[in-house]
Amino acid sequence: MPTFNLKINNKTHTVETDMDTPLLWVLRDKLDMVGTKFGCGIGQCGACTIHVDGNAMRSCLLQVSQAEGMNITTIEGLSENGDHPVQEAWEEVDVPQCGYCQAGQIMTASAFLKSNPNPSDSEIRNAMHGNICRCAAYNSIEEAVKVASKKIS
Amino acid sequence: MTPSNKITFSRRSFLKSSALASGGMIIGFNLFNACKSDVKPSIDLSQLNYNDFNAFIKISPEGKVTIFSPNPEIGQGVKTSMPMLIAEELDVLWSDVYVKQGALDNKNFARQVAGGSQSIRHSWLPLRQTGATAKQMLINAAAAKWGVDASECSAKEGIITNANGETFSYGDVVNEAAILEVPENIELKKPKDFTIIGQNTANVDLDKIVTGKPLFGLDYKEEGMVYASVLRPPAFGEILESFDATEAKAIPGVLDVITIGENARNFIKKGYVSWTSIISGTDKVVVIADNTWSAIKGKNAIKATWKKESPLESTESHDKILLDLLDGTKFSTRRSDGNVKKAFAEADKILERTFESPFLPHNCMEPMNFFANVTADKIHLVGPTQTPAESAKVASALLDRDITEVHVEMTRMGGGFGRRLYSDFIIEATDVSNTIKKPVKMVSTREDDMTTGVYRPAIKYKISASIKEGKLTGYHLKEAAINGNMYGLIPNFFPAAAIDNYQVDTANYKSNITTGAWRAPYTNFLASAEQSFFDELAEALEVDRIQLHMDLLENAKNNPEPNIEYSPDRLQGVIKLAVEKSNWGKSKDGVYQGFSVYYCHNTHVAEVADIRMKNGIPIVEKVTCAVDCGIVVNPLGALNQIKGGVIDGIGHTMYSDFSFKDGIPQSNNFNAYQLIRMGQTPQVDVHFVESDIDPTGLGEPTFPPIGAAIANAVYAATGKRLYKQPYMSNMVLEKVVG
Repeated sequence: MPTFNLKINNKTHTVETDMDTPLLWVLRDKLDMVGTKFGCGIGQCGACTIHVDGNAMRSCLLQVSQAEGMNITTIEGLSENGDHPVQEAWEEVDVPQCGYCQAGQIMTASAFLKSNPNPSDSEIRNAMHGNICRCAAYNSIEEAVKVASKKIS
Repeated sequence: MTPSNKITFSRRSFLKSSALASGGMIIGFNLFNACKSDVKPSIDLSQLNYNDFNAFIKISPEGKVTIFSPNPEIGQGVKTSMPMLIAEELDVLWSDVYVKQGALDNKNFARQVAGGSQSIRHSWLPLRQTGATAKQMLINAAAAKWGVDASECSAKEGIITNANGETFSYGDVVNEAAILEVPENIELKKPKDFTIIGQNTANVDLDKIVTGKPLFGLDYKEEGMVYASVLRPPAFGEILESFDATEAKAIPGVLDVITIGENARNFIKKGYVSWTSIISGTDKVVVIADNTWSAIKGKNAIKATWKKESPLESTESHDKILLDLLDGTKFSTRRSDGNVKKAFAEADKILERTFESPFLPHNCMEPMNFFANVTADKIHLVGPTQTPAESAKVASALLDRDITEVHVEMTRMGGGFGRRLYSDFIIEATDVSNTIKKPVKMVSTREDDMTTGVYRPAIKYKISASIKEGKLTGYHLKEAAINGNMYGLIPNFFPAAAIDNYQVDTANYKSNITTGAWRAPYTNFLASAEQSFFDELAEALEVDRIQLHMDLLENAKNNPEPNIEYSPDRLQGVIKLAVEKSNWGKSKDGVYQGFSVYYCHNTHVAEVADIRMKNGIPIVEKVTCAVDCGIVVNPLGALNQIKGGVIDGIGHTMYSDFSFKDGIPQSNNFNAYQLIRMGQTPQVDVHFVESDIDPTGLGEPTFPPIGAAIANAVYAATGKRLYKQPYMSNMVLEKVVG
């Protein structure tokens, strides 16, 4: 099987896996980074969202062979001590119900706020529209993005 | 319903304490045996050990408190709120409390269930009694040390104080307290003295969730564990005929391809369960791999042929069957007051409407999965289940092993909604591990989950009302459902006892499509149907829709033999609150309001939806939700449940559709099945009725009323009544998704 060198959370990892393996399963099964979640496998729910060169991407659609040479950030590497403004906002608002989709929500929100630190309400709703929360904690997610935006800007 | 502050602590609670080898004390009790009033101690209390308990408090000599939360956590918040009940009466600072998930032990037959919004209601007294008992033992120990009477001492925030103002912390006396007799007459706090109950308390797993720590079943790993992906029949009614695994076996990472099925069939023959008969009755092909992706890829590479074993059913035929049932005579009468037949015969006018709903998959965000390791002396199960005790029973029956050999651990769950009450995924994981003699994680894909589900059944209601001289004289509700019918208490929900002539009839059609509990079973659609009907009925009666409800509830209050589940006063209370807070009848230009009120799961809820029409599509802008759940244990958690329930209700009543053709589910992932997304959500404005009444649950009751609030608002906006869910089903998907 081929090997790949992946730069994840500022560390280089070498993994041996089939070249079409989605990065999601490399993270979860090979590298024990299980914060990135499996929800649908077709890029529709956003539970597996990570940052690739700073942009939010679905790790279930990104093959490991495409990920080489890119700067990958997962929920585990978003901050050293869980103190990224988005993580802090999520704690302040007490967003999670079951919590399963929240890593993906946080990764989408943090990439979005980096590019748009002062979003309008409708920009927030558009940016977060791709992430499904089955518990429907949407009011809290929306509020937490606003709280994070105040912290960042 | 009356709050009782003084309780005689009975032996049936199995409370026991002991000193820990490492210092400190542990106090434990069996929660669900404590809940059931008719339970007698079945064992000698002196022989108990802590494996017999499912909830504990552990107090260290440093005064730190660990509370083991007994019930499965599916996102409903009990891992936070149940320990709050203990901590309140124990009288410690919440910041000194560490919460851990309790396991189902191999010697523990107690009922640990997440379902029916019952956890808080059932545990309200037992958990507080446990906390209060531990506190009294600590006080007694301190009093003995000081040589004073315990009645001269008090405790607060982990500190015991005597009449001279001397103090001990709990940690100072915990070793002495552990060996004292368990006291029996415990005074509980009055609601006005609560310091933890009623305070906003964050989810106890919050840190771990926002930093991506392993918490869920899918995150669980053990050394040597392999992954299994299970190929199940594509159609309900089909079973495996043959398969070719050549391609699958060639995939890197695939270790083996096996079949399972024989054990499950034998198990079904024993009559053990009905709900898994379809999805467990066939042979299944299982691909074993050293990683999840290879297992899934391998499963997709299996070439299988299937044969028909029972009818291949379609939504089209179900629709006809259910409508025929509603027009037929094969009903069971579930409640009959007065004489509906006579009222209808004498009526000037009859209003009759039919309401329709589809099957729905649960779509828990975390797909079904379970870890099993079957060895010579043990069956070790770890994962997301709403019914750990049932899981243990199922695994032991499947392999004909003694139940004491089964050890079940619960992980946090990525949603439940009823799906994880069923143990089909446990049967599979156990069977696979037993076959390959390895620890294994069975992982379903989204497609597996959506197409081999335990669905909310499609249901239709025909509701009729008789009107004479402008007055409502009779009400007749008929239910036609796939597989089961409404549970026994529902016929006693509103408007039972509010209308003199009242009848509820049910009929069903047995299908081979597996159905089961789904968030707020039956009421999730029944409330939509009834409350839409009442909106139309008010119009037919030419009375205000709010006044109609208030008047009917007055009737119920005046009924000498009401035999009802709900409280007419509390329903009136939430109606008044919702009307006041929503500015009912005074909405802005272009905003249309719809009203709905419902009682279920012991909680009373009224909702008002504000909508605006945009390009012919209703946009829900705001929902006002008035809730009477008694004392609110954790307002922060309660708000999450309430808002989530309302928005989940909007999503499923407006957008989510599911159908079958020739036994095959017609959508299998989120590109073809809509769950509500942020852009479609309103702000939910929540108001609680202030109350000292014992608390009731919130996981389900705010979902059912919302469908009718939306439908009634759409009527106000467009003059068009909505009778069929999902309401947006006639619209093009892309247009709605946006």
